[in-house]
Amino acid sequence: MTAIVAADKVSVSIGDARVVETATFRLARGMLTALVGPNGAGKTTLMRAVAGLIAAEGTITIDGRALESMSPRERARVLAYLPQGAVFHWPLRVDAIVTLGRYPHGDAFSSPTPDDRRAVAAALAATAIAQFASRPVTTLSGGERARVALARALATQAPVLLADEPTVSLDARHQLVVMQLLQDAARAGAAVLAVIHDLTLAARFADRVLMMQAGRVVAEGETATILQPDRIADIFGVEPAMLELDGVPLPLPRRPL
Amino acid sequence: MSGFPVRPTLALAMLVPVLMLASLTVGPAGLSPADTVAALWSGEGPAGIIARDIRLPRTLLAASIGATLGLAGAALQGLLRNPLAEPALFGAPQAAAAASSFVIAFGFVSATSMAVPLAGIAGALISIGGLIAIAGRRASLTVILLAGLALASFAGAATALILNLAPNPFIALEVAFWLLGSLEDRSSDHLFISGPFLVASWIVLMLNARAFRALTLGEDAAASLGVDLFRTRLLVVIGVAVGVGAAVAVAGSIGFVGLVAPHLVRRFAGSDPAHVMLPGALAGAVLLLTADVAVRIIPAAIELKVGVVTALIGVPFFLAMIFSERRMLEGSPS
Repeated sequence: MTAIVAADKVSVSIGDARVVETATFRLARGMLTALVGPNGAGKTTLMRAVAGLIAAEGTITIDGRALESMSPRERARVLAYLPQGAVFHWPLRVDAIVTLGRYPHGDAFSSPTPDDRRAVAAALAATAIAQFASRPVTTLSGGERARVALARALATQAPVLLADEPTVSLDARHQLVVMQLLQDAARAGAAVLAVIHDLTLAARFADRVLMMQAGRVVAEGETATILQPDRIADIFGVEPAMLELDGVPLPLPRRPL
Repeated sequence: MSGFPVRPTLALAMLVPVLMLASLTVGPAGLSPADTVAALWSGEGPAGIIARDIRLPRTLLAASIGATLGLAGAALQGLLRNPLAEPALFGAPQAAAAASSFVIAFGFVSATSMAVPLAGIAGALISIGGLIAIAGRRASLTVILLAGLALASFAGAATALILNLAPNPFIALEVAFWLLGSLEDRSSDHLFISGPFLVASWIVLMLNARAFRALTLGEDAAASLGVDLFRTRLLVVIGVAVGVGAAVAVAGSIGFVGLVAPHLVRRFAGSDPAHVMLPGALAGAVLLLTADVAVRIIPAAIELKVGVVTALIGVPFFLAMIFSERRMLEGSPS
């Protein structure tokens, strides 16, 4: 496994609080990695540090280059970040939102190039929102908006995709749709890291799992080896039932411990 | 792709010269539009002096100041992702007003002296320096807004103190009238003093148009797309302060244009913050030109102040818009 993202001893302090403590991990192309852990484990903070949005100690490299040596635009071309909650402040058209994914590829006054148009069309098609392309994004449902937000991140065609709780507040169908899209992005060659609260969903779709607790990375590896009942009980404080679907073991939280 | 709103922008762009001609034609000398254009062209005789030296600076100031206010409003609403943002938010116009008032009250100059705009521009620049010093390099938007609010309140109090301590009631009245905002008796000197600042602010603000569109996704997503948030905030604060500060320095406080112009434009040009900028500036020019023509047509013993009229015209417009959108606003969460 050749890593595109390498994080070594990454620590983040917010005020006096040490939110992430010496986190070390790798992300490889072609892999969907689930970032799991209880609330307050530091998942979002670690993800924002990798995205270059907050200052962090330690070293983070992308394709061998130090994150802090990149300009914001260079960084944006190799790393797409999907924040929590599909926020749209103005009722822009869906295609205008998705075109924003091409922002790092253009300059101040450039109009979309043929490459940009192809990338936007591909992202609209992949997320099945092409039929909404000319509608204001604020007229869409929550599930449709989540797909628009994801399409925007996909349109960048960055080799690294970070998604913070992409399935939160989505219905059952859209949770599967979004996880499938993230898996497709990984299969197409991207290194995908997604914060996932639903362990069953993580077990079904993720190739690898990165588990955090109290600011530290406590486990990293292949999904089936990391999502063991004992570890889930220990870290999440729940007793899991282990089910099986198509040969894949799936943990289902049974009751709090 | 959703393109630039060409037609509404062109319509506004054609309305501006029409209103400028109207503005050049209105006045006690009673020149016809054709005479005005001829006099403007030749510059000869009393008509030439009236057209070139008296009316033209006023017309150009109305258009450029209106455009600056509209553009500043559109830029701030884009930066803050909030349709209620307006140019007075960071305190620069209040600082300019306080500095100009001080010069009128204690500088022994009349309200039309060149010392007034110079002091106003200096006041606006000092307020930007103060804002950046208070907020610091890594400041969040909330901190900048609070610092701006503090500066605006301080400048407001300073203006009140100046009125309070004015050497005599006539000077107090002159300051109060100047504060209402007017383009009466402004000369080409005013245009030359404020012009470079207005144009500089247009350039600085327009350069950030794309960043405003990216900010539709929120600050984290915009930053992840390569928007330098610190640089964008700094440029907008400076651009707004320089432009609106210079506008207030020559014309006094003209409220409402900066808030309303982008709103009016959004109705037919869409909500894309990058696409609202140019039509917003043109709409600002249209509003202020209209108001400035109106103050000269409305019969009154004392000429009405344009700052009063912008609010008088603007508020009914604004209310009509709110009423028509009320059902939609009621349906959506704040």
